[in-house]
Amino acid sequence: MKAYLTRRYMFSASHRLHSDAMSPDENVATYGKCNNPYGHGHNYALEVTVSGPVDQSTGMVCNLVDLDGFVHTQILERFDQQNLNTLPEFTETVPTTENLCLAIYDILQRGFRQAHLEKVRFEETMMNSFEYAGGGELRR
Amino acid sequence: MVYLTRKAEFSASHYYHNPDFTLEENRRVFGKCNNPNGHGHNYTLEVTVKGDVDPRSGFVVDLKQLKETMQREVLHAMDHRFLNKEVPEFFSRIPTTENLAIAIWQRLAPKLNHARLHRVRVYETPDLFVDFYGEA
Repeated sequence: MKAYLTRRYMFSASHRLHSDAMSPDENVATYGKCNNPYGHGHNYALEVTVSGPVDQSTGMVCNLVDLDGFVHTQILERFDQQNLNTLPEFTETVPTTENLCLAIYDILQRGFRQAHLEKVRFEETMMNSFEYAGGGELRR
Repeated sequence: MVYLTRKAEFSASHYYHNPDFTLEENRRVFGKCNNPNGHGHNYTLEVTVKGDVDPRSGFVVDLKQLKETMQREVLHAMDHRFLNKEVPEFFSRIPTTENLAIAIWQRLAPKLNHARLHRVRVYETPDLFVDFYGEA
C-alpha cells in the first residue's frame, strides 16, 4: 500500500532579493524592503514529502534515519545560518522562496534514493508558504 | 465536490520489532524505537471526507456522526493503549505511523455512509506525519 511521509525541518538564513537584470529603481519597485542591500533573515520551515509502498518487513516508506541523515548533511549543514545569496545555488537566480523550493527539490531529487520524492514545501513566515512537486500537480 | 476535515487526538505507546529479524537487525533498523517496553506519542489524526453538498442539509457529512464514528472505531480502540499488545492490527503488523494511517483508513472506510473517505493523516509528532489515500 502506498503512503506519503512528511518530515518537517527548520533552518535560519538571510537573503536579499535583487535581480541584476533590473535597474535599481525596478529592483526597489519589485522587491520593496526585501531589496535592502544588507539583507534580512527568516526562520524557514522545510517539509519534505516522500512516497512509496509501505515495506511489510519494516512498516516504513523509508527509514527516517536515512531521510534525516540526508537532509542534515546535504541541506541543513549547507543552508542553516547562511546568507543564501552567497551559495552556488543562487549565483544565477534570486533567492526567493520559490527558487529555494526548486533548489532543495533538485538536491533531494538527485541525491536521495531511498524513496520517491513527492514534494517540497516551505514556510518562509507563518503567513506564507510555497510548494513544488517537480512541475507536476500536487496530491491533495 | 467539497472536502471536510475532522481532527482528533489520542495518546498511545508502541515499539517497533520484526520477529523475522535477528536482535541485532531489529536494533539496527529500528534504533531506539526497538525498546520492548515501548514509548509513547500524542498522535493527531485528521480525517478528510469528500462528497457533494446535500441540498437539504447543506452538509457533506453530518459532523456529529463523523465524530462518533471516529470515536467508536479509532479513539476507543487506540487512545491510551499499547498498540502492539491491545490493537489487533498490530499483533502482526509493526505500528509505524504508515501502518497506523492504513489501519485507521481500513477501520473508517466501511463505516462512512454518505461521504467518501479521501485522506487519513496521522501526526506522530508535529514534525512527522503520514498521509494515506487508500491506494494499493
